[in-house]
Amino acid sequence: MLHPVADTAPPNPRFSEFATGARDTIPMLVGAAPFGVIFGTLVTASPVPVWQGQLMSLAVFAGSSQFIGIGLISAHASFLVVWATTLIVNLRHVLYGATLLPYLQRLPWRWRMLLGMLITDEMFAVSAASQRRQPGRPYGHWHMLGSGVAMYVNWQAWTLVGLVFGSAFPGLQSLGLDFAMVATFIAIVVPQLNTLRALAAAVSAGALAYAWQDWPYKLGLLAAVLCGIAVGMVLSRRAMTDAAAAELTP
Amino acid sequence: MNTLFTIAGMAGVTYLTKALVLLVGERVRFSPAARTALGFVPVTVLTAIITPMVLAPHHAGLELSWRNPQLVAAGVAIVVSAWTKQMLLTIALALGAFFAWQYGLR
Repeated sequence: MLHPVADTAPPNPRFSEFATGARDTIPMLVGAAPFGVIFGTLVTASPVPVWQGQLMSLAVFAGSSQFIGIGLISAHASFLVVWATTLIVNLRHVLYGATLLPYLQRLPWRWRMLLGMLITDEMFAVSAASQRRQPGRPYGHWHMLGSGVAMYVNWQAWTLVGLVFGSAFPGLQSLGLDFAMVATFIAIVVPQLNTLRALAAAVSAGALAYAWQDWPYKLGLLAAVLCGIAVGMVLSRRAMTDAAAAELTP
Repeated sequence: MNTLFTIAGMAGVTYLTKALVLLVGERVRFSPAARTALGFVPVTVLTAIITPMVLAPHHAGLELSWRNPQLVAAGVAIVVSAWTKQMLLTIALALGAFFAWQYGLR
């Protein structure tokens, strides 16, 4: 009975929010693991040095842009194309930030800087659901921190596993490992092609990227993406006017 | 050195998109048109990256042939994904088809 206080004190609310946030993220941790391994292995098959692969996971910490970055660097894209593509792919995070902001507005600057670093698709999904379920919790931001830290540590560990694995079996790169990236991207894209305009945007972007693949610095890729988005926008506008016209018709 | 520079820029751009709104507050607003455009980003970027890898895997012209393992396995991935929407299953079956085609069936 040396520490009777510790036995009777209520659990620290900060710690319990942190732990709940991490626990709510467990399914996402399992889902991210194979991608960390694939990413690490792809790095060993690319011109990027192994330690910079880990650095990318530590500093960029955004799975899809890391895959795209490795793919573009391997294809000798200009750094400006890599940065522009990274920007386009990551713009969705701005929407995440805007959604989480109401819960974080009263927090000090350094808290918002830290949570900003930790935003991912997974952390956003867990955090937004938790805040919606039970808004106004005094230590709700610790829940976000728990979710974000869990994702961060998990991503570093699985990246390392992939880097070690790829370095131990250098023959993997000649096996056509980059097909793992193709399969991953198809698995992300196809479920999103549930409207005609999404399908048309994707097919246009793909066809133009093929046609323009020899443009210098991979600029053709960027142009193809912008044209694909434009096709999607035009078809969306038509869909919206049709809907408005249908409403007007008695 | 060159790749380090590229990675540093990627980190800066990514952090900007993640933290900007949290740091500057509600001054950032998206018009409905911008939101619609953003919605098309994932499907266009990812498709633009992989289409040349699948259609011309050796950077030597179009390989529209059943002998092209990338093309056959991409077809498998599209069918499995459209049917099941299971990400890991799609990747596993597509990789299996790819390696079987490349090393088994020739």
